[in-house]
Amino acid sequence: MMTRALYLMLLLLVPATALAVIETYEFSDPELELRYRQLSLELRCPKCQNQNIADSNAPISQDLRKLLYQQLEAGADDEEILDYMVARYGEFVRYRPRYDGVTAVLWLAPVFLLLAGIVLARLTLRSRRKNALQPSGLSMADEEELRSLLDKTEKKS
Amino acid sequence: MAPRLKLFLPLLIFVVMSIFLFRGLSLDPQALPSALIDQPLPEFSLPVLGQERLIQRQDIVGEAALLNVWATWCVSCRVEHPYLVQIGARGIPIYGINYKDEDAAAQRWLTDLGDPYRANIVDREGTLGLDLGVYGAPETYLVDANGVIRYRHVGVVDERVWQTILQPLYQQLIVEGVPEGVDG
Repeated sequence: MMTRALYLMLLLLVPATALAVIETYEFSDPELELRYRQLSLELRCPKCQNQNIADSNAPISQDLRKLLYQQLEAGADDEEILDYMVARYGEFVRYRPRYDGVTAVLWLAPVFLLLAGIVLARLTLRSRRKNALQPSGLSMADEEELRSLLDKTEKKS
Repeated sequence: MAPRLKLFLPLLIFVVMSIFLFRGLSLDPQALPSALIDQPLPEFSLPVLGQERLIQRQDIVGEAALLNVWATWCVSCRVEHPYLVQIGARGIPIYGINYKDEDAAAQRWLTDLGDPYRANIVDREGTLGLDLGVYGAPETYLVDANGVIRYRHVGVVDERVWQTILQPLYQQLIVEGVPEGVDG
């Protein structure tokens, strides 16, 4: 009895949204369904620009999913499908655009920024090490006074 | 770098960022470059709204014209419509693409609000829209006499858009005239 109640309570945790499939297509081959999922994750909705077409229920995404389904069933390969989409919506429609003059910034920026970060980190570390080795430039008397002042403030607090 | 100059580094970064952000204010993040600029208008064969005939690509190619994607469910199209009626009355050839709409509603719209279109292509399934890379109505394409798409405007065509962007381009196409031979 107890376990039954527990099971029922666990069922409440299943999010309803996960079951709200927008539409389902029957594929003739499970492999096609897999490719459908991959491609719909990789294609971007032109209307709601930060969602992929699997994620979006904008009418244009529904159309693109339908088109994707039809093309997969017609036996098109991934490259053909992506070319078809790019010819109509531009490289924008892919989350992994082809490398060319315009998208070079997109592809190379992470590498460039990482290298810049490494160089910056090395320079900062080196100058910090150098500073640590250098004498402070204070005379013996000044050092003494500084220490006593520091001691005083520490005692106060 | 001299230590004093280093103090100006944050200011410099601020200025550079300001320039980028300021530029961002006047950019429309929704606007996408069309993949079809300088590409021929796709082939189609679709019904004409309110008529028993089909219309093909070659029926509308031959002079510079506007192709306006609209629908009765599209709120911005209603905002845009009076201005299209205005420029249509000036003799600018405008073809409508009635995108994913109901014929009856579209015809009622045209009788109530005026009809600036030479003809309306009924794209009930959105197939022509898909070939054109339409992602939302209203969109307006400028097609030259050879049937090549020269410009796409996403959003409402109003006085400002027409005066500053579309009209100058349209005039330029008129000056270019009809080059020898019609492609397609």
